[in-house]
Formats: sequence, C-alpha cells, structure tokens
Amino acid sequence: MNLQTLLYIGGRLIKGVIILLIIAVFNFFLIRAAPGDPAKVMAGEAGATDEVFLQQLREQFGLDQPLYYQLWVYISNLLHFDMGMSYRQNIPVFDLIMDRLPATLLLTGTAFLLSIALGVLAGVIASVNYKKWVDSLITILSLIFYATPLFWLAIMASLFFSVYLGWLPGFGMETVGVELSGWDRVIDIALHLVLPATTLGLFFTAVYARMTRTSMIETSRLDFVKTAIAKGMTPSRVTRKHVLRNALLPVITLAGIQAGQLIGGAVLTETVFAWPGIGRLMFEALFQRDYNLLLGVFFISSAMVVLFNLITDVIYCVVDPRIELSK
Amino acid sequence: MKPLLQVEDLTIRLPKGGDREFAIQKVNYNLMPGEILCVVGESGSGKSMTANAIMGLLPKTIQVDAGTIIFDGVDLASLEERRARELRGNRISMIFQEPMTALNPLMRVADQIGEVFLIHTNMNAKQRDERALALLVDVGLPDPEKMMKAYPHQLSGGQRQRVMIAMALALEPAILIADEPTTALDVTTQAQILKLIKELQEKHNTAVMFITHDFGVVAEIADRVVVMEKGQMVEIGGSDDVLNNPQHEYTKKLIAAVPPLVAPHREALLEVTPVLTVNNLCKTYSTGGGWFSKARVVKAADDVTFTLHRGETLGLVGESGSGKSTVSRCVVRLLDSDSGEILIGEDAIQDLNTAELAPYRKRIQMVFQDPFASLNPRKTIGQIIADGPIAQGMEPAKALAKAAELLDLVELPRAALDRYPHEFSGGQRQRVGIARALAHDPEILVADEAISALDVSVQAQILDLLDTLKVRLNLAILFVVHDLRVAAQVCDRVIVMQKGKVVEMGVTKTVFEAPSHEYTKSLIDSIPGASWRSDLPDHIPQEGQPEKQPAMSSV
Repeated sequence: MNLQTLLYIGGRLIKGVIILLIIAVFNFFLIRAAPGDPAKVMAGEAGATDEVFLQQLREQFGLDQPLYYQLWVYISNLLHFDMGMSYRQNIPVFDLIMDRLPATLLLTGTAFLLSIALGVLAGVIASVNYKKWVDSLITILSLIFYATPLFWLAIMASLFFSVYLGWLPGFGMETVGVELSGWDRVIDIALHLVLPATTLGLFFTAVYARMTRTSMIETSRLDFVKTAIAKGMTPSRVTRKHVLRNALLPVITLAGIQAGQLIGGAVLTETVFAWPGIGRLMFEALFQRDYNLLLGVFFISSAMVVLFNLITDVIYCVVDPRIELSK
Repeated sequence: MKPLLQVEDLTIRLPKGGDREFAIQKVNYNLMPGEILCVVGESGSGKSMTANAIMGLLPKTIQVDAGTIIFDGVDLASLEERRARELRGNRISMIFQEPMTALNPLMRVADQIGEVFLIHTNMNAKQRDERALALLVDVGLPDPEKMMKAYPHQLSGGQRQRVMIAMALALEPAILIADEPTTALDVTTQAQILKLIKELQEKHNTAVMFITHDFGVVAEIADRVVVMEKGQMVEIGGSDDVLNNPQHEYTKKLIAAVPPLVAPHREALLEVTPVLTVNNLCKTYSTGGGWFSKARVVKAADDVTFTLHRGETLGLVGESGSGKSTVSRCVVRLLDSDSGEILIGEDAIQDLNTAELAPYRKRIQMVFQDPFASLNPRKTIGQIIADGPIAQGMEPAKALAKAAELLDLVELPRAALDRYPHEFSGGQRQRVGIARALAHDPEILVADEAISALDVSVQAQILDLLDTLKVRLNLAILFVVHDLRVAAQVCDRVIVMQKGKVVEMGVTKTVFEAPSHEYTKSLIDSIPGASWRSDLPDHIPQEGQPEKQPAMSSV
C-alpha cells in the first residue's frame, strides 16, 4: 500500500468522524422529537406516579436541563468515547452493547457470508444457463425471496421447521437450562443459528443472485470475452477467468451496503427468534425510552456504515486496477 | 499454389424477423498463403460474417446454413467445438475493431498474452513470460518490461491494438483475421498499425484476412479484394484491378464516393462578414484532485482564435484529444469556456445566462455525430423538429407546418412527420438532425463529426446536402471532422488542432498542398491510400458521379 493510498484512507477517516458527529446530533434531535418521557416510563414501572419522584428522576438523568445543554453534554461525552449510562439498567451503554455485539455479529456475519456465497453461485448458474429452465427457476425463487417480507418469512420458517417438523430450535441462541461446553456448545449454537441466519440472509441472497446474473450476462457480451474465446479457451475458463471477475465488481458495491447493516439490520429477525443481540437491545430500549442506550446503538450502527463504505472503496481499488484512491 | 483456406458456397441464415433472410449467401473465395485479402463493404454487408464463421464466433442464434470452409483438410463450418478450440488462437487468430474494450480490464498485459501459451502449449510460467516479452518487443511497444506489468487502461488505443496483435501472432498462426482493426484509431496511429501488420505478415508469411469499410486502407494494404453488398459477394480481384478498374456497379459507386485527397479550387468569398468570432478561447478539464492529491489538468482548448464568415465552411480537424469537439461545444455554449471571447455577429455570448442566451441559441445550431443517440426515440420526427421553435415561442401549428417544409428541404418525405426515429436509417436520421438544426433559421451550423457514423456512400449524400443548404441559405458552417479526405472536399478553410492548440490555419487547398506545420504534414502523410486517389482526380467514372447528383431521398 503506497503513501497516496494511506493518505486517502486517513482523509476518509477524518471525513468519517465529521459525518458521524453530524449523525449523532441528528439522532439526538430525532429521539427527542419522538413522544414519550423516560422518567414516566420508569416511574410507571416502579408503580409511582408522584410528581416529586418524576422530577427527581429527571434531575438524575439530566433531563431537566435545557435541550442544547443536554446535546452539549452528549456530544462532549461522545468525544471522550463515553456513551453514557443506560437509564434503566444503570450500566454503561458501551458495556451493554459490547455484551450483545458478539451474538449479533455471529448472526449477521453468518447471514452475510451465506448470502454472498449462495447468491453469487446462484447468479453464475443462472447466467451460464441463460434462458433455460434452471435460469427461470433461480429467477423465480429469487423474486419470491426478494418480495416476501422478512418477518413473515421468519415466522413461517420458525413454525414449519421448529414447531411442525421439530428439526431445529426456533428461538434463543442456546438451549436453556443445559450447561454445554466445547464442541457440544458450538453445535448447539450452530443449530440455533440456522433459522435466523437463513431468513436474514435470504433477501440478500436473492439480491446477489439477480445482480450477479445480470452482471454476468452483460459482461459476457463485452468485447474482451470475444477475445478470450478467440484465443481458444474453454467456455468454463472464459467464465471463470474473464467474465466472473469483471461481473463481480457491482456485487462488491452491494456487499458493502449489506456489510454496513451488520449491526443495525437484524432487529426484526432477532425479535422473532429471540436472538440476544443488539437488535433486540434496541427494540427494548425503544419501548423504555432509554435515550442513551438508543443513541449508543444508533451511533455504533452508523459508525459501521461509514467504516464499511470506506472498506468497500479500498477493496474496489484492490480488485479493479482502473480505480485509484485519490479522488 | 494451394489455397490455405477455401470458402465455398457459404450461406449463413439470419434469425427470423431480420432485415433479410441471409446474412451472407453463396460466398466463394480462397485465401492464399502469405497474402492480404481485404473484405470490403458497408455496414450490414455481411463482411464480418465469414470471418466470424471461420473463427466459430457466430452468435448462437445465427447458424451456417450451407457451404464449407476448408482449412487444412477440415471443414470449419461443421467442425466440433472441441477441435475448433484447438485451432482458435493457435492456427487461426483474430484481432478486433475496438482496442479499448477488447482486452480484459482486470488482467495484466503479460497474463493476457501468456494465456494463449497456457491454453495451447506446455510452457511453464517463466517461458510464457519470456515469450510474451519477446512478442511485445516484436510489435514495437515502448518499454516492454514495463508493459508486461501494465493494465490495459494504462495503454493508449494504438498500444492496446499492438498488444492484441502480439496476442494474435503469439503462436505464429497460418491465418490472421483482422476485423476493422484500425477503424477506431486516429489516422497517424492507423498508419503505424497498418505498417506493423504488413511487416509482421511479411516476416512470418501469415495470410491475412482484413475486413474494412475504408477503401483508403484497402489501397494501402491489400493484395486482393473481395467486395460485399447485402450478403452477396459482388466482386473479387487483385487490388489494382478492383481499385482502379472496378467492374461491378456497386464497387464503382463505393469507390466514387471516397473523397479524393485533392482539395478542389474554391472561389474566395466575395464579401467577408464575420458571423462567429472566437478570441483566445481556453478550456481546461481537470480530473481527480481532492484533499490530498493534485488534479490532472488537460488543456482541451488553449488560446484558440478564429473567425467564421457567412457562406463559408470552416473545417476543424485533428485527432482525438486535439480539442476540436471541445471548441465546437464551447461556441454553442454546451460547455462553458474558462476564458476568451465568443462573438456571434458582434455580441459576446460567453458570459450570458440562460435567459439572455436564448435569442442567440437560434442563430447557432448544432448537428451531432451519432444519428442514433441524438434523436429522442419517444418523439415523432415532427415533434423533434418543431420542439425548438415552439420553445422559442412559435405557435405549435405553425412550427409543425415549418417542420414539413424543412423535411422537403432535407429531401425526406413529409410522411416522416408522424413517424418515430427508429423507423429511419442512419443517413435519414442525420437529415432529421439537420432539419432540426435548421428549424431555427440559424446563421451558423456547427457539425460535430456529423458524418463520421455513416457509410461512405451515405456520407457523400449528406455532405452534398449540407453544401446545397449552405449555398441556398447562406449558412456559415463550422465542420468538426477527423477525416481529412472529407475536409479536403467540403471546407473552404481548415484549422488544424493538436493538443488544444491551433497549429495551422488556412485555405484548404494551400494547407493540403503545402502544409507548413510538421503535425499537419504527418497527418496528411498518414492518410491511408494517399497515393491512390491523390493523383487521379479525374478517375471518377464519368457516368454516375454520385457526389454531384442530388442526394436521393431514399438514403
């Protein structure tokens, strides 16, 4: 990696930090604009509706301060890498997120890899069999998965495979009440992972399949493919060496977008399958008006998007020699 | 001598619903060892079809219907795919028209050449690299060591075509098929590539099948010539015979349509009224540049100054990247110039805003290069022509009536008014493009390569039309053109541009007969077949003379 590339990445990181701060301010106002009051929610849960108690809670969390002051405190804390305390659980937001992060990354990461592998494979198979029945089948399947709402698919998968067939566990990350260790535990988690990862990944699998197919067909009509055939190559070598590599370029862009959702994109799936990840943490925080926790999750999610945009661009530059990281 | 390749009664059927039933029909010719055979024809003549059939590169929907292609005792038309693959790139190889897209953008040059050895030989990686390097030296690429590691985008068009040639000749094939290999190149690069092909062909005694539309190239390189028209082979013979004594009417017509390289004498203008004046025009493009990097700056127009007079055709010639199109786009304000003055009549227009510019837009109109992309496919011809005047405030009914008159003027039937662009041929669309420009009654017409996309016989008709209109409407035409033969015929004066600078300006005849700048000289020297039509101005068959005929409305 040369100096120019490093300078470029440095520049992009600085821009990224600025963008993140703007997003943080925006998130702050977005949350305050929503109706609801964390103090009331907590007081309600404690069974107290006393106005003095409410006031005390508000003072405790700094909610009685003017909005601009609260923003100032939030942002300056953020600049010191402090995301504050969760109102409800009284634990630092950072610790809460870190606690849930592995589960979410396991789920979304698996779904991510699964969808790229399956999607690209399906796309290649479809394009090689262009206008034959295999192509039609893959196109139809990918359209179905593309169009079906994720939560519905999740519920149906859970009902069918878990409740009806009883093949796979339908909720949670580990079997409750059993202490497993070593490989037994790995297998147990893997089994729990199958349904949520598949449902989460299906949408993107469909998108990758369609995109890879289109891109492959387009690329196979380009001049250099004709050159390759004129060299006397076998069709499979032409597809692998010349068509596929060029056809994957737009897929990388899409993978970058999906990778940006690695943290924030699994709320529905985690909720349906009771997966103990960040998505569910956010879902709960929303109902409890746990402002700090919500802002923390938002912040980490947007940081991921910014980071993966940069990573995508760097990968692009490695894969495609025509692109230089200097713009 | 035994022919290397025999094409016998070859017939290839087009899929149903095409323009005609057969792509080519009963084509017969031989390719002798060590000869260069040119296959000539206009677009749609089926000239590339035989080549693709030989290479087994026909699209899946198109099949050889009848006939044989005998090479080395086997029939290529019916050869099974696996054995055809062994010949491809090995005994018979091919180079293509578009060097910019014919190489894989993600593979290094060395790997792309090495692939040929990888497929057909048992060489190891080191041997492959050695051979590839030797080939790059053979095709005369500068700094071959560095070229090995380069990606295609780092090479110019001419260099890429050299890489293609290196790749095609890697295994010393018996036959090289070249499908319009120089059409996309600039004239000086074209001359170099033609020279290279000829040199290598002589050195290795390769038989070359050279497909082209350009009779200049034929004159430059061919031993024998095959002329194709609408899928039929209409003439075959030695290059001298076909070029200087064509037998078939179609060949005569095609050759007559090639503009001679001699600029005819043109009367100087009686009165000189400047309609467009450009003073010190500058335009730079910069790409890249950001927080940490410096932008790359290209001067597309560098201190360009010229005047266009009423009733005059001023040619703006140069190779790609010379800035000629930039200048033409600046004067019609499709691009904003960086500095300098553009005067229409006596009014400076370079700084006017959209509203202020509107009245001047009428006075200067443009005809574009691509007749297929420059007409809105969802509008009728009538709408396309009338749109401009309506936008300028004319009543729609009146504008449509005018559109009908304009169709008369450009010699298209009035029935065209209600039809859509896709129903017309390239030449007819270009007539529509001209009518659209004339709808504003302009004083100045800017024709940006307005005939480059057309076949030579259609070119001649459009040029003729432009000339007629110029006289009739007393237009001033700024004619951007890369084809010097055309420039010699139609321009009163020419401006030669190189890298954004005007290197020479003068009366066409003077510039062509006594160019003063080195670059102009090299441009003129590079024109293929220069010696063929330059000393034979009277050679055009007396009967016929299509250039002088009124253009037919059936283009």
